[in-house]
Amino acid sequence: MPKVRTKDIIEQFQLELVSGAEGIYRPITTSDLSRPGIEMAGYFAYYPAERLQLLGRTELSFYETLTPEEKRSRMERLCTDITPGIVVSRGLEVPPELIEASERQSVPVMRSTMKTTRLSSRLTNYLESKLAPTTAVHGVLVDVYGVGVLITGKSGVGKSETALELVKRGHRLVADDCVEIRQEDEDTLVGSAPELIEHLLEIRGLGIINMMTLFGAGAVRTHKRISLVIDLELWDPEKQYDRLGLEEEKVKILDTELPKLTIPVRPGRNLAVIVEVAAMNFRLKRMGVNAAEEFSARLSDAIEDGAPDYE
Amino acid sequence: MVEKQVEVKLKTGLQARPAALFVQEANRFSADVFLEKDGKRVNAKSIMGLMSLAVGHGAVITLIADGPDEQEAVEKLAAYVQKEK
Repeated sequence: MPKVRTKDIIEQFQLELVSGAEGIYRPITTSDLSRPGIEMAGYFAYYPAERLQLLGRTELSFYETLTPEEKRSRMERLCTDITPGIVVSRGLEVPPELIEASERQSVPVMRSTMKTTRLSSRLTNYLESKLAPTTAVHGVLVDVYGVGVLITGKSGVGKSETALELVKRGHRLVADDCVEIRQEDEDTLVGSAPELIEHLLEIRGLGIINMMTLFGAGAVRTHKRISLVIDLELWDPEKQYDRLGLEEEKVKILDTELPKLTIPVRPGRNLAVIVEVAAMNFRLKRMGVNAAEEFSARLSDAIEDGAPDYE
Repeated sequence: MVEKQVEVKLKTGLQARPAALFVQEANRFSADVFLEKDGKRVNAKSIMGLMSLAVGHGAVITLIADGPDEQEAVEKLAAYVQKEK
């Protein structure tokens, strides 16, 4: 199923549909745009027909210098059966030859009042985010002190219960059980809930509860950048858990590596508090304060000096 | 790892109640079980993930299991969605 169709950008940018209305369901497969200036001059060898085409003042004023015969043939070649659409910027007049050619091939021709460069950057941003690679992860996403924390772990380990307590403590739920993750930028992963289960949380014994109606609009949010992964697992006596916090474990989601903490679960451990502190500690590290490293340096100094220095 | 593609024959599709039963069944197995529909994969042991797919009657899904009892898990779950009641 195509992620973006021409119709979507018409709605998003409130474009005026001039002609070729039959083609508004054409898929847009790339976030690249094309300004077909050189094609207007007759060079079609590398014409990227599958891209959205943008005609600005430069292209259209050059177009006016062409002979009627050239005008017709260039516009004919511009409108192919895979062109998702042609956008005319600055509210310029659409050449009649373009309308004619577009109606024949049902290529939507749209018009915007925006300036070409501005329109081009906004279109690119929109298409990049829509066409970004996505995946779904089994876990819970919570915004804790502004840090997007993805809590993962086996079914029944207590992810949702931890999220519930975090929300009670004033943090915000993004998604329970199934988190849709989009790679928005090279190192930016944004998680959101599938529409059908937005705001919902499932607690064994209670069933499905709606966090928004229970705790208010401040307890939820629609999407959040993921910064930290916390993996909950049942306490394994054989396994060595991190005691110092000097090493940083990583986990790869799509193409981005995220810091990961493994937290053992055992009765009596208050997971919500641990997650809260993990988020705060993560922020502190980003601000340049690393308690574990500072302590380790102090310890090394003390050992080298031969005597502890209490000053 | 075992994979099996099946068509959902349950008349109502995986509505809330049938979905809960499905998840209950999946949780009996120690293997990791996943369900895939239209390229979206969710953990079959989690009810919210399963319901977010909105699996209807006639939908074609893929069951994937990985673990000691994978074969049995796939068979049992496939049989469940193929019941026609």
